[in-house]
Amino acid sequence: MLKYMAKRFLSMIPTFILAAVMVFSFMHMMPGDPAAVMLGDTATPEQVQALRVAMGFERPIHVQFTRWFTGILQGDFGNSIFFHKPVLRVIVERAETSLFIAVLSMALIVVVGVPIGMISAIRYNSLADQTFSGAAMLAASIPTFWLGLNLMLIFAVVLGWLPSSGFPLVFESGNLGNLKYLILPCVTLAAPNSALIIRLTRASMLDVLREGYVTTARAKGLTELTVTLKHVFRNSLISVISVIGFTFVGLASGTVITETVFALPGIGRLVVESVLRRDYPVIQGVILIIAVAYMLINLLIDCCYTFLDPRIRIS
Amino acid sequence: MSDFFEALVQRKIALAGSGVLLIILFLAVFSPFVATHDPMGLNPLDRLQNPSAKHWFGTDHFGRDIYSRTVYGARMTIISGSGVVIYSISFGILIGLLSGYFREFGLVAMRLVDVVMSFPPLLLALALIAILGPGLLNVILSVSATYLTHTARIIFGLTLKIKEEAYVEAVRSIGANNGRIILRHILPNLLSPVIVQATFTFAFSLLQIASLDFLGVGVPPQVPSWGNMISEGRIYITRAPGVLLFPGIFIILTVLAFNLVGDVLRDKLDPRFREHLSEVKR
Repeated sequence: MLKYMAKRFLSMIPTFILAAVMVFSFMHMMPGDPAAVMLGDTATPEQVQALRVAMGFERPIHVQFTRWFTGILQGDFGNSIFFHKPVLRVIVERAETSLFIAVLSMALIVVVGVPIGMISAIRYNSLADQTFSGAAMLAASIPTFWLGLNLMLIFAVVLGWLPSSGFPLVFESGNLGNLKYLILPCVTLAAPNSALIIRLTRASMLDVLREGYVTTARAKGLTELTVTLKHVFRNSLISVISVIGFTFVGLASGTVITETVFALPGIGRLVVESVLRRDYPVIQGVILIIAVAYMLINLLIDCCYTFLDPRIRIS
Repeated sequence: MSDFFEALVQRKIALAGSGVLLIILFLAVFSPFVATHDPMGLNPLDRLQNPSAKHWFGTDHFGRDIYSRTVYGARMTIISGSGVVIYSISFGILIGLLSGYFREFGLVAMRLVDVVMSFPPLLLALALIAILGPGLLNVILSVSATYLTHTARIIFGLTLKIKEEAYVEAVRSIGANNGRIILRHILPNLLSPVIVQATFTFAFSLLQIASLDFLGVGVPPQVPSWGNMISEGRIYITRAPGVLLFPGIFIILTVLAFNLVGDVLRDKLDPRFREHLSEVKR
C-alpha cells in the first residue's frame, strides 16, 4: 500500500513539471513585450524598463524558467503587479471564501446527488427516475450565472430572506452566522454539478445491479434493503468517489462565476479581476495551484480506491 | 448516418430537441428578417420597458429592443459554437488519431493532454484570453483548448481499439500503407462517435462562451450575444427582468436541445464505442 502510494506520488512529479512549463510559457506566448502589455497604455518607458528588469525578462528564457520554477518550489510565486504584494499572500487572503464555498457545495452535491442517483437506479424507468433524470439534464443545461441571478432576484431582492451579495469573513469577525451569505452561492454552484453526480451514481448502480452476486444475494433471501445497501451501494461507491475528482474541476470553474455574481471576495473573482487588470503573475499562480490541488485530490482518490477495494490492493 | 436520423425521429423528446435546434438555426440565418428593430439601435426614451406590442421582449437600459437582440444572439451562438466544434473536433481527431496509431507520438501527446485536463476549463479559457486578448476568434480558440483534449482522449481510445480489428490487420497484410489505413479504414469508423461528441461539445461550449461574455472577457459588450445581454442587464433586473429572462431561456433551450439530441445519438451508437464517450465536463 505504502509502496503504491509512493509510486503514485512520484509519477505526479513529471506531470507537475509539465504543468509548470505550460503555465510559464503562457506568459511568453503573449504577442509583444510582456512588461509593456502588463502596465498598459499609460506607462512611461522608464516604468516598462523597470518592470522588465524586475521580472527578469531580459535574461535567456531557460534562466527565467529555472528562477521562476525554483521560486515556486519555495512558495515564491513572484509579486502581483496590481497589489505590489507576493502572489501567494494575495491568494491566501482570498482563500477562506473559496474554501468555504468549495467544501459546502461539495457537501451539498454529495448529500443531494448520491441519494437521488440511487433512487433513480433502484426504481429504474419509473416516474421518479424519469423526473429526476429530466431534472438533472435541465440543471446541467442552465448557465450558472443565470441561475445565480435568478436565485438572487427571488430570495434576496423579492423575498428578502437571504443577503444578496458580499461575504464578511468568518475568521476575521468570528461570526459563524456569516455563512448565510454563502447559501445562495453554494446552491447555485451545486445545482449543475449535482446533475453530473446524479447521472453517474445512477449509471454505476445500474451496472452493479446487473452483477451475478446481486442475483445470488436476492436468491438467498436477503431483504431488498440489505441487498441495496450492503451489496449494490458499497460496490458502486468506488465509482462515485472517482467522480468527486471531476466535480472538483467543475467547482473550480463554477466558483469563478458564482463569486462574480454574488460579489464574493474569493479566488475565482481574483482570477477574473486579474485577467481584466492583466496581472499575469496572479493568474499563473492561481492556475498552477489549482492544477496541483486537482492532482493531489486525484492522488487521494486513488488511495481511497485501494483502501476500499481489496481487488485493486492486491493487483 | 441514416440510423441517427431514424433515432431522432423515433424518440419524441429528441424530435422536440431537433425542432428547437432548427428554429435557432432559422433565427440565426434569417435574423435581419425575423428581427423587428435594429439590434444596435439606441433609443434612450424607451429604456427599460416591459414587454409590449412594440417591443415584444421589452427594452434594455439603452432602449435597445431585447427581442431583436435575442434573435441576433442566435446568430452569435451558432457562429461561436460551430467555431469551437470545428476547432476542437478537427484538432482532437488529429491528435487522438496520431497518438493512437503511433505509440511513441502518443506517449508524449497524451501526457500533454492529461496536463491540460488538470486545468479547470473556465480558468484555462480565462488565462488564454488574458494572453490573446478578447474578441470572437480568441474566445473560440480559448474554449476549444479544453474541448480538443476531451475529443483527443476519446479518439485515442477508439483508435487503439480499431487498430486491433481484423479488417485493419487484413488491409495491412495486403500491403496498404499507414496513410491509407488511417484515412480509408480507421477514420470512417470514427464518424459516429465524433458526431455524438460534437453534439455534446456544442452544448457545453455554449455555456462556457456565455460565461466568458458574462464575465466581460468575451466578445465586445455592444455585440448582441445572449451572455452579453444578461451581463449588461443584470444591474437592472428588478426594473426590467426581461433582459435576464429571455436570453436566459434561449441559452437553456439551446443547450438542453443539444444534450437531448446527444443522448439519443449516444444510445444509438455502436455499443463497442459507447463506453469511450464519457460525460463532458463543464
